[in-house]
Amino acid sequence: MGGKKDREILIRTDGLTKVYGNTIVAVSKLNLEVRKGEIFGLLGPNGAGKTTTIRMLLGMTEPTAGKAFIGEYDCTRNPIDVKRMTGYLPDNVGFYGDMSGKENLRFTGRLNNIPEKELGEKIDSLLERVGIPDAGDQKVRTYSLGMKQRLGIADVLIKDPHIIILDEPTVGIDPEGVRQLIEIILKLSHEDGRTLLISSHQLYQMQQICDRVGIFFQGKLVACGSIEELASESGVEQGRTDILDEIYHRYFERREQ
Amino acid sequence: MYALYRKELADHVDSVRFLIILIIAFLLAGVSLYSALGGIATAGQGDASQGIAPTPFTFLQLFVQSNGTIPSLASFIALVGPIIGLLLGFDAINSEKNAGTLNRLLAQPIYRDAVINGKFLAGLTVVVIIVAGMVLIVSGVGLFRTGIPPTGEEVMRLLVFAVFSIVYIAFWLGLSILLSVVTRSAATSALLVVAVWLLFAFFISLISSGIAGALYSPDTVTGLEGAATFQQSFDRISPTILYSESVGTILDPTVRTLGITSVAQYDQLSAGVAGVLPMSQSLLLVWPHLVGMIALMLGAFAISYIVFMKQEIRGA
Ligand SMILES: Nc1ncnc2c1ncn2[C@@H]1O[C@H](COP(=O)(O)OP(=O)(O)O)[C@@H](O)[C@H]1O
Ligand SMILES: [Mg+2]
Repeated sequence: MGGKKDREILIRTDGLTKVYGNTIVAVSKLNLEVRKGEIFGLLGPNGAGKTTTIRMLLGMTEPTAGKAFIGEYDCTRNPIDVKRMTGYLPDNVGFYGDMSGKENLRFTGRLNNIPEKELGEKIDSLLERVGIPDAGDQKVRTYSLGMKQRLGIADVLIKDPHIIILDEPTVGIDPEGVRQLIEIILKLSHEDGRTLLISSHQLYQMQQICDRVGIFFQGKLVACGSIEELASESGVEQGRTDILDEIYHRYFERREQ
Repeated sequence: MYALYRKELADHVDSVRFLIILIIAFLLAGVSLYSALGGIATAGQGDASQGIAPTPFTFLQLFVQSNGTIPSLASFIALVGPIIGLLLGFDAINSEKNAGTLNRLLAQPIYRDAVINGKFLAGLTVVVIIVAGMVLIVSGVGLFRTGIPPTGEEVMRLLVFAVFSIVYIAFWLGLSILLSVVTRSAATSALLVVAVWLLFAFFISLISSGIAGALYSPDTVTGLEGAATFQQSFDRISPTILYSESVGTILDPTVRTLGITSVAQYDQLSAGVAGVLPMSQSLLLVWPHLVGMIALMLGAFAISYIVFMKQEIRGA
């Protein structure tokens, strides 16, 4: 994994700041770099500013100050280019319940200008890949949360993005579902070589998949690095099963003092 | 944009709501035609004894005549058009926000305005289909029943009537979409549209007469005239009033003026042998109405556009 350190930077923020209504500092002077092929975990409690950061990366929220770049594109100025190369699975993703899974994917495909004749095959192979090959013709309103999340990943993959951003992808899903989801996510990186940014507050899961993590607290990045780096920085012994949990709490104790 | 438009249109056409709109439109056309045929029949008999020539423009009468109890198609559209606009737009944006689909939509490489433009254009397409359908039903069945084909001028006047009707309903569509942008729940936006509808269709004249009564003395002729003029101008902020006045003029060439007519003027007008206004003159009379209605429609849409473009849209 050491090799990833030399790769090009695909996601970069530079003093990125978002203030809501003059007082709520959702994100404060964030400097972040994610390299090609990495799985980067954005960790932090509810309200830490993870979603806001992601939305600024996609040009869906205007920063109060600072800049964000994906590839060569300024996220605020060229949101369309950014969205062309970036797949985003929002938290609580929603689909059109009256449409089938396939129809929902087809619509997304059209919005991404995927040629109509390629779409059918593509949709079938994606549904296969996310493990719901037989649910494609069912209306989405009948889907379970886990199925919806899988459909969400297929939805993100339809544009074949270099970069994938997942906001809290495992919330509310049962352990077996989570395990399968993690498997799918890992393949996106290891087999396809895509770059992933995942936000979560579920530390044990993130510890299993992330190359590097950033710990967010009240809009600030309080720590950033590989789990080994953060462990030695905060004095947590390597190899613990709850290593990320321990690191996380060390940083919070530090903040609160 | 095309993909969005196509989906919105397919959604409309597949929906139960569309079925309801179709049924409403069909019923209105049928019932108003029944009423008009009755009205035309009695008008044809009764007036001859008083030496009044049978009304020319029989074909247009199909759209404005009534048997006295059931309104004409023109009055029906004035009344029910807002409901059609409401049904097509009241949950356009807020329901997608609540379902979390808008968030996902905006993560795609499309311009944000394509979303709202697509919704408006798809709604407008349905309005065009509905209005065209109603006019064609009444024309077709009316032609069959009366056996009198429309003249060229009548066809033109009907086209203008259709344009006015489309713009009028499109205003309500725009207003509904606007309210769906600014409110959180679809129930709220629907209620607000109904409130505006009640205001513009029913309460506006109560309000204007109230104000006029306070401003002008009813004891003098000038006071009365002033009150009437004021009331008429005030009422014209209502698209329903604008629409009713203008289609009344377009479909009835004997309407020669929209102002307050003095008795002398009125005598002079009705004494005219022709008694009817050429189409160009009718158009000239209602031109400002059309401009006003288009302005209202575009205004409603423009505000929803601007608000929507600046809005922060999060997941459900
Ligand atoms: N539209 C908004 N208006 C005002 N405050 C907001 C808005 N969106 C988010 N916030 C605030 O910004 C902070 C960060 O929120 P968020 O980025 O959603 O956190 P996270 O995703 O880490 O849970 C929170 O305090 C939240 O209340
Ligand atoms: Mg969040």
